[in-house]
This record gives sequence, structure tokens and C-alpha cells, in this order.
Amino acid sequence: MIVVALVAYVVVFHWNDLANWWKLNNIVLRQALVSGFLIGGIYSLIATGLTLIFGVLGIINFAHGAMMTIGMYITFWAFQLFGVDPYVSVIITVPALFLIGAVIQKLTIQPVMAAPAHNQLLLTLGIAIFIENLLLVLFTGDTRAVQTDYAGARFFAVDTMISLPRVWAFLGGLIVAGILYLILTRTDLGKAIRAVAEEKEGAALMGIDTERISLITFGLGAACAGAAGSLIMPFFTATPTMGETFNIMAFVVVVLGGMGNIPGALLGGIIVGITESLGAVFLPGSSKQLGVFIVFILVLLFHPTGLLGRRSG
Amino acid sequence: MAKVDLVNALPAPRSTVLVLALRGLVFVIVLVLPLVLDSYLLSLAILILFWGLLGQGWNIMGGYAGQFSFGHAAFYGLGAYTSTWLLVNAGVNPWIGMLAGGLVAVVFGLFTGFLTFRYGLRGPYFALATFAFAEMLRLIAINWEVVNKSRGIQVPLRGTDSLLAFQFETTKVPYYYIILGMVLFTLALTYWIDHSKLGYYFKAIRENEEAAAALGVNPLRYKLLAMSISAFITAMGGTFYSQYLLFIDPEIVFGPQASVEILLRPIIGGAGTVLGPIVGALLLTPLSEFARTLLREPPGFLALLRGHAGTDMMVFGALLIVTIILMPSGLVGWVAKHWNRLVKR
Repeated sequence: MIVVALVAYVVVFHWNDLANWWKLNNIVLRQALVSGFLIGGIYSLIATGLTLIFGVLGIINFAHGAMMTIGMYITFWAFQLFGVDPYVSVIITVPALFLIGAVIQKLTIQPVMAAPAHNQLLLTLGIAIFIENLLLVLFTGDTRAVQTDYAGARFFAVDTMISLPRVWAFLGGLIVAGILYLILTRTDLGKAIRAVAEEKEGAALMGIDTERISLITFGLGAACAGAAGSLIMPFFTATPTMGETFNIMAFVVVVLGGMGNIPGALLGGIIVGITESLGAVFLPGSSKQLGVFIVFILVLLFHPTGLLGRRSG
Repeated sequence: MAKVDLVNALPAPRSTVLVLALRGLVFVIVLVLPLVLDSYLLSLAILILFWGLLGQGWNIMGGYAGQFSFGHAAFYGLGAYTSTWLLVNAGVNPWIGMLAGGLVAVVFGLFTGFLTFRYGLRGPYFALATFAFAEMLRLIAINWEVVNKSRGIQVPLRGTDSLLAFQFETTKVPYYYIILGMVLFTLALTYWIDHSKLGYYFKAIRENEEAAAALGVNPLRYKLLAMSISAFITAMGGTFYSQYLLFIDPEIVFGPQASVEILLRPIIGGAGTVLGPIVGALLLTPLSEFARTLLREPPGFLALLRGHAGTDMMVFGALLIVTIILMPSGLVGWVAKHWNRLVKR
């Protein structure tokens, strides 16, 4: 349905562009497809954490992007002070963000678990404001970048340039999401998390400590965001509000894939990445995200449980 | 979600006279206030009323009907852009522009509301959908030459003060009375809704939509009605902003920041209460203004904070977190709860 709508949209409004593409064998377009696909992997990773938190705690976490930004700053300082390679620093950011996430959950989110949904939403918003401005106070608004010798590494596949760091980020994102998926499906902890997501009271009756599971889940979600922060550091610059755009994209990905659905988040991430970079080619000016929002609303309207979502019960 | 009504929670007959006298006193104070305030405090008072108005708009839909909108910037921006565009390009009087903007917002609200409600979007899904609609409008405004893209629109200066033209250069006092009038009107409207059948329909839908439908309340119709009222009030606020500060751009009026600012105050004050949005505005607006001035130009003992942009917003975020944890039903709900406890003792 959505794919049909999208194709129809492109065919109706961009027929000439399409024709030109076939005629000129447009390199730009293929370039856009590739880079959209690659950044989609990062969206997938961030969204995986977000969707996990939603699935278990039922909370839309507006602070998720801000937690990714913390990961970026940790990566930056580890590189700057100790020369730690951004990819290696994943082993620092993951536990650090797990801890930060767990503390945030314990101190602020646990007390409002029974409160109305709009309070929870506003609370995570308050956390995002707090983190962003804490980073601003600590590190000022200067853009921070790591200078690695592989930042410009690339290769060509049929005259399409592919940036190596983006490939590594994509693969890294898949690996982290894959590990998370294995934890959820193959371990007792994962079984408990899924049980709480499925039926909280039932899980509690079976002797699962739901508060502890919520804590761990929030930590795992934050750790995903932290890993994403490390992986994108070689080709993005860190600023305190960097996470906002990623947060919005991650929301779209989560809805697209079905809230609480991890394979859905992976698929949704790639769709959003491609839609965004196609938007940059086809849509005028600075409206590349418009296409993403159109897809978002179409999904909400016609298939609100998402591409791979379960039927809502 | 238990909502506590402050008016009903007040101990009845004996103190009714006292309550009436208090209300009268507040009313008189509010009326003579601009005569005693200096320019800075007057603009603060105008800001409080302005955010109170927007909060009341949000409250009818988000508080009473329980449809949590995260994209009220859409209505706000439509109101601001419609009246300002009409004024600049067709010379339409801003008062008429305000009505036009309200109608445009209502039409947009009905359209998006019909789409989202029709497909049963609720809770977080509805919130995210409204957010996406507002973002789309922002992106369209940024890229549309007709509305000057991201450069925004400036309201042309007239050089004279005129109530008819909704523009005052030499004094802010008229703006105060205009926004006060709007706030009192919406306050009365909210009070009426709260005590009328309509309000009970809204609350029934908020508490349990299926049960409300089973009892013969048409959820779609009343949710759309709540959305329309809410959209109209919010759009009026947009026109006021434009006529007061004489400049709008897509980021200011359509941006996510606007959506957040609009819903912040009614939730802190108490969503689904008559006074909640005003109380929230009364509390948060001076707080954020004072935090800004205090922390940007700190006194001696806070000198270590000097030059650290963001401290004010950090404190603001922390206060927001603490308030939500300690007062889950807003300040009005919290006061009402503790008032009861005091009275019973």
C-alpha cells in the first residue's frame, strides 16, 4: 500500500525526473540511493533502542537523540585525550550509556510509570532539554569532529562513490542490532524482557522483576544510541543539539517498522534513509525530510501498526 | 486519569463569599495592573497571558478531550501566517485576518483530525502524527516563495497607534488588554465547557472512548469539535504574536519548539482543569524569563556560571523533570488534593 502510494507519488509528480534518469543514467540518483541506504543502517540502530524502550515501557523516549549525542561526545573526548579510535570507543560508549540510561530510568522514569502518557512524554522531553544544555554548558556549542586518516576513504562501484566509514557504520549498526536481537531471543534475560513487553502483569505474576527489566531495557536502548554515536563520529560533527534530527528520524522509523518491533526498525531505518536522500535529490531546497514525513503520515493512516507490526490487541 | 476540579474541591457554602471576593480582587488587580507596571514587567505580563491563551487552546483538546497533540504549532503558525500574509499582500485588516486564520486552522484541524481519528490513531500514534503534520507545514513554509521561504514575513510599520489596525508602537498597554480580553473569553469558554454536557462528552471520550461510544457519544464528532475549538484559539494566539512582535518565520511559529512551549504550561499547571493553563503560564513564564536574565548576567556569587550558555535551559529542564515527578496531575490538581486533606483534618 505504502510502496504503491510512494511509487504513484514519484510517477505523478516526478515523471520528467524519472525519464531524465533513465536517459542520462543519473549518477546522482544512484549515489543518493547508496548513501541513503548506508545512513539508514544508523537510523535502524537508533530506532532499535527506541522501539525496544517503547515495547517494554510503553514510553516514547524523546531523550533518545540526546543520549546518542552523549555517545558522540564520549567518542570525541576519548579520541582527543587518549587517541582512542572511534570504532574502538564503542566498547566505552556502550557500557557508559547503559549506565546513564539505567540511572535516568531509575531516578526519573520509574516514578512516573503509572502517570498519564502525556506526563511521561513531557518528562523525557525535559530530560532531552537537560542533557542538551548540560552538554552546551560543559563543551560549548562548538562543533567537534575527530580527524581520522580513514575519514575520506572510499571505493567506487560502477562509478558510484561509496564512503568506507559509512559502510563500517552501517555494518556496525547491523552487528549491534544483531547482538541485541540475539540477547532478546536466545537468553533468559531476553525472554524476560519479551515477557514484560507482551504482558506486564502476567510477567510479574510469573516472578519476573518488572522494575529491574524496565531498568535493563532502558539501559540497553540507551546503549544502542551510544553505539550509534560512536559509529557516526568519523563522518559527522558533534554539537549539543545534534541528536534532535536523528530523534525525529528514529520516531518515523519506529512507527514505520511497527512500534516495539526490532526487525521492523531495521527495515524502517533503511526505507527512511533512502526516502530522505531521494528527497534531497527530487524535492526543492531544504525540504529533504518532507518526503519522510509524507511516508510517515501515509503509514500512520493506512497501516498504523507498521510494516511488520503485530495487529494491535 | 483522575482529574480534580479546583472549584468543586474548594470547601463549599461557608467560604463562597470569600472565594467570590477573592475572584473580584484578582479581576480588579488584573485590570489595573498595566497602570503600575514598568515596561519590562508589562511585557512579562503580556507573555504570561499570551502563553496562557495558547495553553487554554491546547487544554481543550489535550486536557479535556484527552487527544494529546504534539503539533499545535501547526494551528499557531497557520493563524500567524494567514493574517500576516493577508495583511501584507492584500491589505486585509488583522482582526479579519485573525478570523480568517482561525478558520484556516479549523479546516486544517478538521482535515488532519478526520484522517487521524478515522483510522483510529490514539495516544502516542496520534501525538506523533500531529507532530509530523506540523513539521510538514514548517518544511513547506521554508520552501514556499509565496510566504518568503525561511526569511519570514515582517509586518509593515504604520507609524501610528491604532486599535482598528491592531498595531501600537508607542505603548504596549493596549496589547495587554487585547490579550487579556482573549484570555478571559477563552477562560469563560473553558469554564462553560467544563460544566456543560459537552465537557462531559469530552471527558467521557478521554477516560474511555469505547464506553463513551456505547453510551451514545459519537467520539469522532466530539473529538473533531474539540480539535476545531482548540485550533481556532491557538490560531488567534498566532495572529496576536505576529501583530505584537511584528515578525514571523517558519522556525518561530511552525517549529517543534513552539509545539513544546504550547503544551508545557497546561500540563505543568494541570491538564483538563479550567485554571491549569493560566497557573502553568503564571509559573513557568516568569521562571524561564528570570532564569534567563539571572544566569546570563549572574550576580557575584554565581560568577562561575558566567559565559556558560545553556545553564538557564538546563535548570529549566531539571525543574520540568522534578515537577512532573512530584505533581503528576499538575499544580492545580496537586493543590486541590492537598486542600482536601487540610480541610478534612
